[in-house]
Amino acid sequence: MDSFLKIRGLKKHFGDKRVLDGIDLDVAAASVTTIIGKSGIGKSVLLKCIANLLQPDAGTIELDGQAISQSRRTAQSDAGVSFSYMFQNNALFDSLTAFENVALPLREASKLNKAEIQERVDEMLVHLELSDSADRYPGELSGGMKKRVALGRALITKPQVVLFDEPTTGLDPERKFSVFEMIADYRERFGFTALLVSHDIPEVFEISDRVAWLDEGQIKFFGKPEELNTDAQSALSGFLSKANYGRKSSLMNGANE
Amino acid sequence: MSVVFDLGEISLFGWGALRGFFAQRSRLVKLTLGIHEIGVRCFPIIATVGLFTGLVMGLQLYYTLVKFGAESALGTAVALSLIRELGPVLTALMVVGQAGSAMASELGIQRNDEQIDALQTMSIDPLGFLVGPRLVATLICFPILTAIFDLIGIFGGYLTGSVLLNVDSGVYWNRVFESVTWADVQGGYIKALVFGLLTISICAYRGYNTHRKASFPGVRGVSESATRAVVWSSVTVLAADYLITSFLM
Repeated sequence: MDSFLKIRGLKKHFGDKRVLDGIDLDVAAASVTTIIGKSGIGKSVLLKCIANLLQPDAGTIELDGQAISQSRRTAQSDAGVSFSYMFQNNALFDSLTAFENVALPLREASKLNKAEIQERVDEMLVHLELSDSADRYPGELSGGMKKRVALGRALITKPQVVLFDEPTTGLDPERKFSVFEMIADYRERFGFTALLVSHDIPEVFEISDRVAWLDEGQIKFFGKPEELNTDAQSALSGFLSKANYGRKSSLMNGANE
Repeated sequence: MSVVFDLGEISLFGWGALRGFFAQRSRLVKLTLGIHEIGVRCFPIIATVGLFTGLVMGLQLYYTLVKFGAESALGTAVALSLIRELGPVLTALMVVGQAGSAMASELGIQRNDEQIDALQTMSIDPLGFLVGPRLVATLICFPILTAIFDLIGIFGGYLTGSVLLNVDSGVYWNRVFESVTWADVQGGYIKALVFGLLTISICAYRGYNTHRKASFPGVRGVSESATRAVVWSSVTVLAADYLITSFLM
């Protein structure tokens, strides 16, 4: 597998607690990789290290052969960013409308002029079916609409990699599926590489090309979702059974039949 | 030791915000919003407190001066007290109460809500975007608010001294104009600028660093940041006032 995003020996600790203890991960271009694991195990910390929000204690992160701090600077010069991040709670600005939230990275960090920004944001809002809500503030939007605004803001800069931190938290099952569908749909349309943290097992596997299981600070399993049952180590089996993996997937298969 | 460390951090924080502001887009729009937040919104409370401070000073000083037969010096006493000391100090304290606490809370909530992290992921400098415009607005608004406070306060002194207690109004205003020198006004403006930079930097610093500085996470952390921002700023204003006065005298 050609590695587009390459992580080697990534370590991060907070005080005495070692959260990431030598993460090695290879993510292929234009793929969806899902990171699973127990709550508080360090999945979001891993995403934040990749997004440069946290400084790792050791290790390297390369995007297309370049260290991430370098790739971020290079990409910025042509009005794009290497990474976008969709936060668990959306992190939308309450005082900005849906349009302004989506336009924010272009207005503040790109070289596009006003007309180009207007055109690009309008187009994005049409894709996201948010045209009618462009002038509404986040407080006036439903949970699903907020997710779409956050997704629009993450994608508007045409990033190479989008990091999704539990994008379906707090949504009902129907909305969860629609968010996953949206991610898969936009991945095809925009061609970005997606790295996802999710607890929605097995629903998230439907859109995942690869699954990485994070445990005790290391990636203990990395492979295709269908390999999970056969390849699983005992601890992973335990984790998956606690997540009702077997039961839910058989139920889903039954429903599909 | 930690106070010295914090002072250093606050200085770097303020400098980073000022420098970041000049690298921002749409600076005028952001500055206008900052001026609205710090200047326009604080105007009513500054005018009200200024008026009552002048009224009370007129009363207190009149009854003190009249014991020595010196009530004609009322204009001098009111004007110099306000311009040299009370104007800059009370203006700073009022702005801290009105805008500083709100700013600390807002930044604390934005930190908890990951909005500041979101700005970083969008390659937007959060300091320049969120704090810079407010600091520059402070440099513009604090001297103006202080001047407004002084003028309304002197007028308040006139109301009690001349209108209520019959000090000749010509004498009152003549003493005001005669006694106040350019050096007094300059000293007041220097204090206003220093107090403005200190208070807004401290308030923004406390809110921005809620995740690092507060003892509690979440809402309690935000309320702690806002409280500490107000307390620290108020104490700093009084300490800085003593230091500046001792240099100016």
